Amino acid sequence: MARYLLIESGGPWESGTTAGFYRLAQDLAGQGHEVTVYLVQNGVLAARAGAREVGLADVAAHARVFADDFSLRERGIAVRDLRASILPAGIEAVADMLADGVRAIWH
Amino acid sequence: MARYLSVVEEPYRATVEEQDDTAVWFTHALRNAGAEVTLLLCGDAVNYAVPGQDARGLRFGAREVRTAPEIDRDVIALIGRGAAVYVVAEDLVERGLPEGGLIPEVQRVSRGDLARLFADHDRVLHW
Amino acid sequence: MATVTIGLMDPPYESANTVTGFRIIDAALRKGHHVNVFLYEGAVALGFAEQKPHANPVKGKSVEEFDHPNPKDWVHALFELAATRGVELDWVNCGLCVDERGVDKQVEGARRGSPADFWKLAEAADGLLFIPTR
Repeated sequence: MARYLLIESGGPWESGTTAGFYRLAQDLAGQGHEVTVYLVQNGVLAARAGAREVGLADVAAHARVFADDFSLRERGIAVRDLRASILPAGIEAVADMLADGVRAIWH
Repeated sequence: MARYLSVVEEPYRATVEEQDDTAVWFTHALRNAGAEVTLLLCGDAVNYAVPGQDARGLRFGAREVRTAPEIDRDVIALIGRGAAVYVVAEDLVERGLPEGGLIPEVQRVSRGDLARLFADHDRVLHW
Repeated sequence: MATVTIGLMDPPYESANTVTGFRIIDAALRKGHHVNVFLYEGAVALGFAEQKPHANPVKGKSVEEFDHPNPKDWVHALFELAATRGVELDWVNCGLCVDERGVDKQVEGARRGSPADFWKLAEAADGLLFIPTR
């Protein structure tokens, strides 16, 4: 089994492709792979509690989901405003996972 | 040697200026260098599997665009170099693409099987 | 100490991807990893040596006051960071992309390459991340 880092840079309401990327994360986890989703840039907009649900809750049930701390701050999203299943993380987490050989995919 | 999956989702981006789809071109260049590559066309990019695309005939002032992209032929050439090319079946249906009207050697994959296709490759370039 | 390869595609001033890419490169260098960066398409302009800052007339700021960043200075700073950490930063521009954009004058340390070089850098890396453009 492999370890995956799926980096989502866009919100899910603009196009269907982000929902497809969430689905990929779930399907990889369903196959037994270890999956981390890292929301960055406008991707963190989906991390707000109360944001219209387009599949991120299902992802969080099967994978670790992080929201980039700088992207949150840039958009005025406080940690207390996040969904319970999503944790803030620094970009160092991405560097660490890359250095550790995690298979990374950007969307 | 790693196996590379090139995933193209957004078609016709700067293709007239570049005379190529630069993601398909890059994938072809990796293949030429010796890499094991697979091309996955999804979303609107499934249209790259349609034969008979014709981007000729543009002119800006007196300046003709003399060499137009031929992306369908590029996909055929990539297959000829030994790369597998997949299209997402549901994306074809959504876009009304006929079952029998695609480049013959292009293989279909369902959305449900995408994770397996990704997992069969060591590195993913998601364009 | 590991080796990480990053691919970038976006030209300067067009996408948030650039800053995120630079943040990842910076973080990896600070952690003591070797970093290879392959610049494709518009990203080859990130290290173009003739970028200039400008004033902001809407905000009434002079060139000095506005202190507008040019990515070439960030690229230079990343090379300096690598040197202070004793790790390698390999900044490789797709040569054909450089030619068609006329950005051959690059910051010191940048070199010219091809997709075959990207493949070598990817094969040699522990981790690979390719950040595409939209």
